[in-house]
Amino acid sequence: MSDMEETEGAEGAGVPVAPHRVIGTPPPSPRLLGSAPVAQEGSETALALVSDEEEFQEHIDGLPPDDPQVIVHGKRAERVVVACFLLTFIAGCGFVAAYVGLGVHTVDKTLRSNLALGFSMSVMFLALGLGALIWVRHLMPNVEVTQQRHDLRSDEKERQATEAYFKEGTANSGFVKRPLVRRTLMLGTLPLLAAPVVLLRDLGPQPGTSLRRTVWRPGLRLLVQGTNQPITPAQFSAPGSMITIVPDGFEDNQDALTKAAVILIKFRPGELNIPTRYAGSTLISTMNWTVDNIVAYSKICTHVGCPVALYEQTTHHILCPCHQSTFEATTGATVIFGPAPRPLPQLPLTVDSSGYLVSKSDFTQPVGPSFWERG
Amino acid sequence: MSWINARRRRPAAGYAALLLGLVVVALVYGALTSQGGVTAASAATGTQQDIAAGKALFQATCSSCHGLDAQGTSQAPSLIGAGAAAVDFQMSTGRMPAKEVGAENERGPVTFTQRQIHDIAGYIASLGGGPPIPTAEQVDPRNGDPGVGYELFSANCSQCHGFAGAGGALTYGKDAPALTAATPTQIYEAMLTGPEAMPVFADGVLSPQAKRDIIAYITQTRVEPNPGGFSLGRTGPVTEGIVIFLGGMGFLVLISMWITAKRRDPKPTGPTGTEQK
Amino acid sequence: MSRPAVNSDTDFDVSKPLKGTAGWLDDRFGGARGVRTYLLRKVYPDHWSFLLGEIALYSFIILLLTGTFLSFFFVPSTTEVVYHGSYVKFDGIRMSEAFQSTLRISFDVRGGLLMRQIHHWAADLFVAALIIHMLRVFFTGAYRKPREVNWLIGITLFALALIEGLFGYSLPDDQLSGAGLRIFEGVLQGVPIVGTYLAFFLFGGPFPGHDIVPRMYIIHVLLIPGILLALITAHIFIMFWQKHTQMPAKGNTERNVTGQPSYPYFVAKTSAWFMFIFGALALLATFAQINPIWLYGPYTPVAISSASQPDFYMGILEGSLRAMPAWEWNFLGHTVSFSVLIPFALPLGIVLGGAAFWPFFERWATGDKAYHHINDRPRNAPVRTGIGMAAIVFYGVLWAEGANDVLADFLHIPLYTVTWIARVLTILGPILAYVITKRICLGLQRKDREDLLHGYESGIIRQLPDGEFIEVHQPVNEERRAVLEAKPVLALMPAPGSKDDNGVPPPSARGMLGKARAVANRAFAETVPVEADGHGNGHGPEGAGEEHAAVGSAGTPAQLPSGDSSDEDSGSS
Repeated sequence: MSDMEETEGAEGAGVPVAPHRVIGTPPPSPRLLGSAPVAQEGSETALALVSDEEEFQEHIDGLPPDDPQVIVHGKRAERVVVACFLLTFIAGCGFVAAYVGLGVHTVDKTLRSNLALGFSMSVMFLALGLGALIWVRHLMPNVEVTQQRHDLRSDEKERQATEAYFKEGTANSGFVKRPLVRRTLMLGTLPLLAAPVVLLRDLGPQPGTSLRRTVWRPGLRLLVQGTNQPITPAQFSAPGSMITIVPDGFEDNQDALTKAAVILIKFRPGELNIPTRYAGSTLISTMNWTVDNIVAYSKICTHVGCPVALYEQTTHHILCPCHQSTFEATTGATVIFGPAPRPLPQLPLTVDSSGYLVSKSDFTQPVGPSFWERG
Repeated sequence: MSWINARRRRPAAGYAALLLGLVVVALVYGALTSQGGVTAASAATGTQQDIAAGKALFQATCSSCHGLDAQGTSQAPSLIGAGAAAVDFQMSTGRMPAKEVGAENERGPVTFTQRQIHDIAGYIASLGGGPPIPTAEQVDPRNGDPGVGYELFSANCSQCHGFAGAGGALTYGKDAPALTAATPTQIYEAMLTGPEAMPVFADGVLSPQAKRDIIAYITQTRVEPNPGGFSLGRTGPVTEGIVIFLGGMGFLVLISMWITAKRRDPKPTGPTGTEQK
Repeated sequence: MSRPAVNSDTDFDVSKPLKGTAGWLDDRFGGARGVRTYLLRKVYPDHWSFLLGEIALYSFIILLLTGTFLSFFFVPSTTEVVYHGSYVKFDGIRMSEAFQSTLRISFDVRGGLLMRQIHHWAADLFVAALIIHMLRVFFTGAYRKPREVNWLIGITLFALALIEGLFGYSLPDDQLSGAGLRIFEGVLQGVPIVGTYLAFFLFGGPFPGHDIVPRMYIIHVLLIPGILLALITAHIFIMFWQKHTQMPAKGNTERNVTGQPSYPYFVAKTSAWFMFIFGALALLATFAQINPIWLYGPYTPVAISSASQPDFYMGILEGSLRAMPAWEWNFLGHTVSFSVLIPFALPLGIVLGGAAFWPFFERWATGDKAYHHINDRPRNAPVRTGIGMAAIVFYGVLWAEGANDVLADFLHIPLYTVTWIARVLTILGPILAYVITKRICLGLQRKDREDLLHGYESGIIRQLPDGEFIEVHQPVNEERRAVLEAKPVLALMPAPGSKDDNGVPPPSARGMLGKARAVANRAFAETVPVEADGHGNGHGPEGAGEEHAAVGSAGTPAQLPSGDSSDEDSGSS
C-alpha cells in the first residue's frame, strides 16, 4: 500500500510526479494534482459532452416574424398585454391606497377594507397572469422542442466500479473484519433508541385513574350554565324542559367541564322508566337517582366526547350532533342509533337542605369516550 | 346480441334511457324524503282578551283537530294549559292552522290578523292557564347582553339551530328552523313554550333577562355583515369544501386548459388571420 | 425556420449584464453548460393536467408567505383573558389568548382578515390540488417505473398535508375546531394499551389542558413545513432528473420528451399560472368568507353546534365515524371500541396504504418491468381505472356522509336514512364503480378500435346506387392515429397448471400466491386488441362492408362523393 511510484495519466501528458507520501494513504488521482480531467474511453455517462443539436431538436411553427400578419397580430397582442400590465399597476396602487386609507376596528369597516384590499390584489394578480399568458401565447414564437431521454440506469461498467470501490472501502475500514469493534459500536448506540421515549416522557402526566373520576361529589350544587345560578325542582317544573348544567365552583374550568358537563331533563309523571342497571357490582342507573321526574345525564357523549346536547322533547331522544349517536332519555339514555357504544352515565341527584338540586355522588362509571383501562 | 343491444342505436333509445334515469331518481328521492314527526303539546299560559270572539274563531278553525273544547283528539293534542304564548307563537308564525296532520309544521303564511290571534290565545288561556304572551319590553333585545346570550345560545340552542342560527337537521325528517325570520316575541315564546320537538326553557331556569340576552345575540348576529365576503350559508366547512372544488379547482382547471392549449397562429393561406386565443 | 433575430440597434442587449453578473457567478461556481442544458433549455411537456401539481406547489408557497404574516400576530396560548376588543359583541366574554389574537388579526390588523382567508383557502386548495394531482398521476400510470419513489414521496406529502391542515385550523381555539380536537383526543384515547398515555402526553394532561395549542403551533409552523419543504424539493428534483412523462402523441416515444423549453416559454407560463392561482385565491378571500371564528365563538367543552364538520379533507374520517355502527368489546377489565378504531384506521389506511402499495401490486400482477415515460390513456388500463374509480367512490361516499346532517337538512332526507345509505354504499358503491368503469373503458377501447379500423363517422351522408343512405367514415388523421395506437399490450403471464417445453411449471404461478397472481393477471390483461389490418372479432360477414364506406386496410381513404350529388355541399376540400 505504500505506493510511491510516480503516477502517470493514461495519455501520459504533463502529469506531475506524486510527492513523498506516508504509508497507508491512497495514491493521489491526477485530478487532485490540478490536471485537466481526462475523458475515459467509451464512457457514455450523463455528463458526457453531447452537443445541443443532438440533445434538442427544435421546431418552430407558424409564419416567420417578419411576416405582415405576424406583425399585425403581434401589435394587437402587445396592446392587450400592455393594457393588462397597466391594469396591474393601477390595481397595485389601489391596494396601497386602500391599505393606507381604509381603517378597520369594526365589522363594517373590516368588510370594506377586506373588499378593497382583496379586490385590488385579485385584479393585480389576475391581470399580471393574463398579461404574461397572452405574451407567451401571442408574442413569443411557437417553439416545440424534443429532448432526448438518456438511460437513467448507469451503465454496467460504472456500476461495477462503484461496487468495487465500495467493497474496497468497506474492507479497508475494518468494519467487517473486526467484529468486536462493530458490535461494540452498535451496542454503544443502542441507548439512543430510547431517546425519544426518555426525552419525551415529561410531555404529560400519566393518566392514572383521572379518567375514571369527575369533579362531582356528594352535595355539589348543580348550576345552570351561563347564568351560574343553582336550581330547584320547582324552577325546573315544566315538562319537556332541558338545560345544560355545570358543577358549582367549576363554571369556567374547561378541564373539569370536559367530563363534568351535565344535561338536565324534566319529564311528565309516568314517562320516566329508568331500569336499575349494574356494571359488575356497581350500580349505574336507577330511578332513585331522579328527583321529581328530573333526571341528570352526563353531557359527554360516550362515542368520542362531544357534548350530546340535542334534545327532542317529543321523541325523548338525546342526539349528539357530531356523529348522530342517539340516546333514549326515558330509559336511562340507552343507545338507539349511532356509533356510541354505551348509554350516557346517570348523575345521582338529590336535593340539599335549601331545596337546590345537588349531586348525591360522583358518576359511578367513567364518563365520556371508551379507553383501554375502562373495564 | 341481446335485445337491448340490438336496439341501442334507435332514436328512441336515448330518450328511453333518460326517462328511466329520471324515473329512478324520482322514485328513490320520493321514497327517502318522508314526513316528519308528531306535533307536541306545549305548556303555556294565557292573558285576558276578547274570549268570546276567540272561542268562536277557535271553534270555526281549530276544533276540527283540537276538539270543540280544546280537549284534543287523535289528530291533535289538548290545548288546555297550553297558554296564550304557545297559541301566539304557533299562529303568528303560520304553523297553525296545520296543513297536514302529523307532519312537522313549518313557518308559513299567516292567515289571521294579530287581533284574531290574540283573541284565540285569550280563549285558550281561559281554559287552563299557561304561559302568557310576553310584553314588548320583556323581549326587547336592547335590554340584553349579546355576549352572555352567546354563551347561553351556544350551550343550549346551537346544537339544533346552528352556531349562527342557520338551522339544522333533527331525527326522522324534522328540522330545527333557521332563526332569520323570527321576531323577538316569537323567539321568547318558543323558548317559553317549547314548540314541537324543541325543549321548554321556563322562566325558572332561563330568566327573562337570560332570554333577552339570547334574543339580543340572535337578532344581532343575523343582521351582522359578513366581513369576509359571502357567508356561504353560515353552515361551516361543508359549503367551503364545495366552493374550493367547484369554484376554485374548476376555475383553475379551465385556466390550465387555456395555458396549454394548442396555439392557432395566423396561417399562410386563406383570408386574413382572425384573432383567436 | 429561422429564429427571431436580435436587432442590436434597437433591442436591449443582454450580453453586457450577462457577462457581468453571470460571469461573476460562473467564475465562482461554474455550470454554464448545466444552466443551459438542465435549466434554460429543459423541455416541459404541454398538457393541462401536468399543471395540477403546480397548483399544490404554488399554494404551498402562498401558504408560507401568508403564514409568515399571520405568525407575527398570532399568540399560541390558551391563557384565559377577558375580551375588550373591536368585536364588541364579545365584550366581557372569557376566551383564550389564541382566540383573542385571531380576533385581533381579523378586525384590528389591516389586511389581517384577507391574509387569514387567503391562508385558509390556500390550505384547502393545496389539499384539493394534491388529490386531483394524485388522481391524474394514478389514472395515467405515471407512478410506474422509474417514478415509484416519487409516488411514495407524494403520498407522504399528502398525509402530512392533512395533519398540517388539521393543526392549522385548530390553532384559533374556536368552538368548531375545538370540537374537532375533542374528537381527535377521544379517538386517540381509545387506542388499545397506549391510547390514554398518547392522549395525555400530547395534550399535557386531560383534555383540553394548556399545552396543546403551543405544541400544535410549533408543529404547524416549523416541524411539518420543514419536512414538507424537504420532501417537495426532493419530489421536484426527482421529476427534474427523470424528466416529466408525456402523453401519447405522434412523435412521442419512450426515448424522448417533447414540449416547450423552460426559458422563456415555460418560465413565462408557469409565472402566469402562479399569478392566476394567487389571483384566484385572492378572489376567494375577497368574496367568500371562510372560517368565521367570530361566529363560532371561543371553545368551551359544554357547547356544540349542528353542522359541525371539519375541513373537507378530514371528511372521510368524519364520515366513517358517523357511518360506523356501535361496536365495542369489554374483556378482563379492558375496553376496545371498534366503533372508534375502525373509522380511525381503516378508510384512510385503505386509501393511502392501497395507493402506496399499488405500483408494486400492479407490477406483480402484470409482470410489467419496463420503464414507462409515456402515460396511459385511462381507458387503456381498465382495471387500474376501475380500481381508481372504486377508490374515489369509497372516499366520496364517506366524505359525503361526513356532511350527513347538512345533506339531511338541505335535501329533506331523514337523518338516519342518509347514514343507512352511506353504510350500504360504502361497500356496494366501490364494487359497482369498478364494474361499471371497467366496462366503460372496454367500450371506449372498442370505439377506438372502430375509429382506427374503419375511420370515424364524418357526418357526410352518401347515397348508394340502390338508394340506401350510408354515413361515410373518414380515416383518422396521423396525430389521432398515433394516439389511438399508443396502447400498451400486456402479455399474459403463464397460467398455473401450464408447463413449458421441459415440463416445468412457471415459477410465477406457484402456490396460493401464484394462483392469485394469475387471477389478477387475467383481469389486467383483458383488453380490446387493436389489429391494424383486417376486421377483428365481433364483425359478422354480413353487412360489414355495406354499413360504412369501406376503408379496407389501414390508411386508404374512404370513397368520397365526387360531386355526383347535385345539391350536396361537400365542405371538405
